[in-house]
Amino acid sequence: MVSAYVTNKMRNLRDAYSSALIELGYKNENIVVLDADLALSTKTKRFGTVFPDRFFDMGISEANMMGVAAGLATCNKIVFASTFAVFATGRCYDQIRQSIAYPCLNVKIVATHAGISVGGDGASHQMLEDIALMRVLPNMRVLAPADATEMEDVIPVIASLQGPFYVRIGRADAPIIFERHRKFRIGKAYVLRKGSDVTIIATGTMTAEALKAYDLLKKNGIEARIIHMPTIKPIDKNAVRKAAKETGAIITAEEHTIIGGLGDAVSMAMDEPVPMIRIGVSDVFGESGGARELMEKYGLTAENIAKQAKKLVKARK
Amino acid sequence: MHDATLIKELKRKALEIRKWVIESVYRAGSGHPGGSLSIADILACLYFHEMRHNPKNPKWEDRDRLVLSKGHAAPALYAALALAGYFPVKELYNLRKIGHFLQGHPSMITPGVDMSTGSLGQGLSVGVGMALAARLDKRDYRVFVILGDGEVQEGQIWEAANAASHFRLNNLIAILDRNRLQIDGPTEEIMHDEPLALRWKAFGWEVVEIDGHDIEEILNVFHEIKHNERPTLIIAHTIKGKGVSFMEGTLSFHGKAPTHEQYIRAMSELEQEERELNG
Repeated sequence: MVSAYVTNKMRNLRDAYSSALIELGYKNENIVVLDADLALSTKTKRFGTVFPDRFFDMGISEANMMGVAAGLATCNKIVFASTFAVFATGRCYDQIRQSIAYPCLNVKIVATHAGISVGGDGASHQMLEDIALMRVLPNMRVLAPADATEMEDVIPVIASLQGPFYVRIGRADAPIIFERHRKFRIGKAYVLRKGSDVTIIATGTMTAEALKAYDLLKKNGIEARIIHMPTIKPIDKNAVRKAAKETGAIITAEEHTIIGGLGDAVSMAMDEPVPMIRIGVSDVFGESGGARELMEKYGLTAENIAKQAKKLVKARK
Repeated sequence: MHDATLIKELKRKALEIRKWVIESVYRAGSGHPGGSLSIADILACLYFHEMRHNPKNPKWEDRDRLVLSKGHAAPALYAALALAGYFPVKELYNLRKIGHFLQGHPSMITPGVDMSTGSLGQGLSVGVGMALAARLDKRDYRVFVILGDGEVQEGQIWEAANAASHFRLNNLIAILDRNRLQIDGPTEEIMHDEPLALRWKAFGWEVVEIDGHDIEEILNVFHEIKHNERPTLIIAHTIKGKGVSFMEGTLSFHGKAPTHEQYIRAMSELEQEERELNG
């Protein structure tokens, strides 16, 4: 079990991303970073300041950026391409499919501003379908780290592995959950609480909510198993099957549409179905508002996870 | 300027490419002969004279790269690669056949294919990436990208054109196969594209125009552009279906294999031309 607590220390995953990139940049001269006029927001600009020769701002042309990333990757570069999740995946789906995933090139798409917690910018910028879009591509691996510590662990690992990755992070600061760095393993689920009454599988920003939900449930005498699933593809089938068998009910929680994301990945991984509830955005577009307000309105909270968990546990009795 | 033996040899190679285009597409039962035949002379000049490459070492880091952005002309690229020695010529009989590596559109699983293509509009961006990598690694290889004239209707081409010029990528050479036909009709009727050269010039490219079937002109242009300080576009005026009388300048063979009868006629025309050349 990995030690994890929702601390009151807040840190932005984008800052962690740029720190990790710079560290990698010093170690490996084949690291090249691209952005599409959002380098200040994604924080890749910090890499560009340290390594101006290996940073290219492609301007507002995301499709071109993905193609350029592919071209660099054919010449042994390890390419990180960043922009907002909505542009990185929605706008560039075909470029990623044809020029990156099909030839299995060494491009790491690290997208920021994923999910509804983007806030005020509204639905046009709140990407809720990116996990689905990237999951369906052969060769693509999909990650949603939960905090800044984990983000720093993820970046060097994906750089060390051949082939494409999609990493999604949010805009907002997030509480530190993992105080210690660990050797991050792609495709591994991390059990954070060992309960056996029900399992909550969460990814990205929802893992902190799941940990808080554990405390709420505990007060009601329910011991939940909390699984953090930073790798949505390839998913840890064994962890899902074991949880289904040992706890008999599963809740998935993701800041993403309930279609095609973590919930679907988990349900596909099960060999024998158990009662399941998917927490996510229910097939609607978002709207402008405060990040926290939106998370609450769309049910992406510890309270809602706990409520749904109680419902599942009650139904089984 | 170039010696007659070389020109004759390259003409022979172009004819061989054309014959294999007809042969492989006929045997596959589908494919794109028109736009493959229009680039045969250009590919012959590139793979048998101009490009620095080594079929024994397809991943050689210092090789010149070629991105066939108009990926549907794969049969011509495959013929050139096979004739150059990247893989046995007999593989060309397996174009589009299940379990073989010659996919309908170029895939990097094929030795010598530098980039997978097929969805139009993406190859120039890839070329920009390759050209930037050369600069980063201080290597002097060049990157050739073959574009279709219908293909440049794609917006991404212009994003890439802009980036190439912004980064002053003089190691990037785009060749535009100006055959003036796309699936639905003449390019100018489908979506107006003139003044083509001016558009590219406005984006900061050096632009030169040649007869894309004149071996000597093709060789000369590669020589002339060697010291350009900006990316270069070669507008190669070509004839779709070039070399086979009933395919020339027609729309019907954009994406259709010849029938048996047409195959026999096409091959006999190309063989006749070969005999005349060898005279």
